[in-house]
Amino acid sequence: MKKVTGAEAIIKLLKEEGVSTIFGYPGGAITDLYDALMDADLKNIIARHEQGAVHAADGYARVTGDVGVALLTSGPGATNGVTGIATAYCDSIPIVVLTGQVPRALIGNDAFQEVDIVGITRPCTKHNYLVSSIEELVPTLREAFHIARSGRPGPVLVDLPKDIITAKFDYPAKKAMVMPSYQPNIEPHPRQVEKACKAIIKAKCPVLYVGGGVILANAQDDLIELTRKLNIPVTMTLMGLGAFPGTDPLSMGMLGMHGSFCANMAVAECDLLIAVGARFDDRVTGKLSDFATRAKVIHIDIDPTSISKNVRVDIPIVADCRNALKAINQWFNTQSGINLEEERACHQPWFEMIQKWTEQHPMTWHDDESGIIKPQYVVEKLNELTGGDAIITTEVGQNQMWAAQFFKFNKARHFVTSGGLGTMGFGLPAAIGAQCAFPEKTVIDIAGDGSIQMNIQELATARQYHLPIKIAILNNNYLGMVRQWQELFYNRRYFATPMEVLPDFVDLAKAYGAVGLRATKKSEVESVIKEALSTDNVVLMDFRIAREENVYPMVPAGKATTEMLLV
Amino acid sequence: MKHTISVQLRNNPGVLSRVTGLFSGRGFNIESLCVAETMDCEISVLTIVSRGDAAVIEQITKQLHKLIDVIKVTDMAEFPYVEREMVLLRMKAMENTRAEVLRIADIFRAKVIDVSAKTFTIEVTGSSSKVNACIELLRPLGIKEIVRTGTVAMARAPKNK
Ligand SMILES: Cc1ncc(C[n+]2csc(CCOP(=O)(O)OP(=O)(O)O)c2C)c(N)n1
Ligand SMILES: [Mg+2]
Repeated sequence: MKKVTGAEAIIKLLKEEGVSTIFGYPGGAITDLYDALMDADLKNIIARHEQGAVHAADGYARVTGDVGVALLTSGPGATNGVTGIATAYCDSIPIVVLTGQVPRALIGNDAFQEVDIVGITRPCTKHNYLVSSIEELVPTLREAFHIARSGRPGPVLVDLPKDIITAKFDYPAKKAMVMPSYQPNIEPHPRQVEKACKAIIKAKCPVLYVGGGVILANAQDDLIELTRKLNIPVTMTLMGLGAFPGTDPLSMGMLGMHGSFCANMAVAECDLLIAVGARFDDRVTGKLSDFATRAKVIHIDIDPTSISKNVRVDIPIVADCRNALKAINQWFNTQSGINLEEERACHQPWFEMIQKWTEQHPMTWHDDESGIIKPQYVVEKLNELTGGDAIITTEVGQNQMWAAQFFKFNKARHFVTSGGLGTMGFGLPAAIGAQCAFPEKTVIDIAGDGSIQMNIQELATARQYHLPIKIAILNNNYLGMVRQWQELFYNRRYFATPMEVLPDFVDLAKAYGAVGLRATKKSEVESVIKEALSTDNVVLMDFRIAREENVYPMVPAGKATTEMLLV
Repeated sequence: MKHTISVQLRNNPGVLSRVTGLFSGRGFNIESLCVAETMDCEISVLTIVSRGDAAVIEQITKQLHKLIDVIKVTDMAEFPYVEREMVLLRMKAMENTRAEVLRIADIFRAKVIDVSAKTFTIEVTGSSSKVNACIELLRPLGIKEIVRTGTVAMARAPKNK
């Protein structure tokens, strides 16, 4: 058999794993790998910053459900990728990050561009490896992909010393993977399923509280089946948006700090909380001792550490969300003596209560006659003019919350946002990854004027690869979310948050060869969006919005979720 | 509550720092930690003594188990078990205390393992509380130096089989 180099083996393995696109940035330690990639039929997207490359791989993974791959050089290349890795880690996104490393003989010598990236990323990867012998290369990469995509997904980093990349060896045949120390539990325990189902039957006021785990498990159809079967209202976390159709009457929208009035009230008043693929984050629960105090709690999650971490759980089900929901549906389908019609009817008064809450305080915003652009209006127009059929990525801050509140996500994997880490600068590179995966789809980054500057250089990447992403900057000339806190809790002391110098975003777009559009009046919003959507190029829209508009409802940090500040 | 947790893990590079990083990163406490290879050189056993209420200990065991290199986690509180730790004590050898030191050492079945003109070194092995008791009795007699291991623990073999 002909010997292969480490680089050739890596490429062969990437193809075996179904990889078609690699997001990366070159450098000394991985030049051999890029040299081999020049002749490989893999698509290479070269970003303008390694953070951008990792976010793009992450965005690609979020919209496709496949493992995203990023390739970075040693030292500064690897450290630049860390924020991207941590972002993927906090949202359980499957990516494999390959980093170059100095040759093995130099490791530990403070060699040029050497960092202990395995040490640095240990707490923000699901697992990581330094490949220390050529025999380990292929099995390690196989394990890396397996770990990234199975169980609770997450980023895996593989550090590749330069001399491993250049070594010659026999490519090992595929072997069954034996990992006795890694056996995620994906099948629900039938007894727990039965307990859960019986609790559901008993409940008069149940609520489904759904998180990103449902999307990661591709369980949206099973979730819809369950809600239809039993008429159970659904609320979603930021990461869960799209897991259930946002326009469905049973959808209460998002819960938590900036969630809807009805969702937070329903969770406070429900007698059964069915958490699926969600982790009771502090942004969701508010003051823990006041959270869902009347409810029995069912918690379905693939990660046992999520269960009973923050909130006491009555019926835990450790399993893949899809398998668990299927098992629950199956139970209701096959159990004799259950009249689904009656079950649904029994939840009707509860549903009516929820509708009353919605009418009392709908998710809304105040328009006025001034003609000043309200950010919520921009988001609603984006929703309307795309027919809701777009992949929306976001930056972080008010822009992210307005996107979450006013865009109606009807499908999973259409909302791409950094939830757990809240990484400003995520949206633009993530949009690049999403557009790579779906060249025909409309991909829009809903951005803030602060965040967009954190990875603005990726405009060049989007241009280079003809990725016609659209960026809608909700430009309030502030680090708006922090300013909102200053307004509400720091006596309006606006320090550090005014963006005293901003680039002219229209000119900036032009400088990159993209299209820049601006709207300063409400009346211009629609035409700007229409023009952007019909332009086959990267478009940056600068919406000059009401500067001190706030995100409402808002639960102040540490307060009970029923103590909402409303519009 | 004090808990002794036994962790079986793949003997991979960096595995110890995965465990200690988990404890420091999540604010779990480590009272002592002991690790060495088992009969199988690819597997190590690590014994950690930690403190926390039931919820904390539950999180600790689950989080340990989540580490990819960890094969098995046992909270020893669930079974009858034996545990030992060892301390080496360097005592001042003074005319008026020598006999008393040796008498205490004898009570605790400790061994004198090194002697010089001015000092002698004692090895004490036992449960944590026995080791502590011995140290407390010896302290007034002039301890110059202490080196102590963490606890190692093993479940008791089933009795009737
Ligand atoms: C990398 C990073 N740095 C700092 C923060 C803290 N932070 C959260 S929101 C925000 C303001 C964002 O401003 P902008 O992008 O203009 O969005 P807006 O809130 O105005 O819509 C800041 C600074 C963060 N989330 N991420
Ligand atoms: Mg802003």
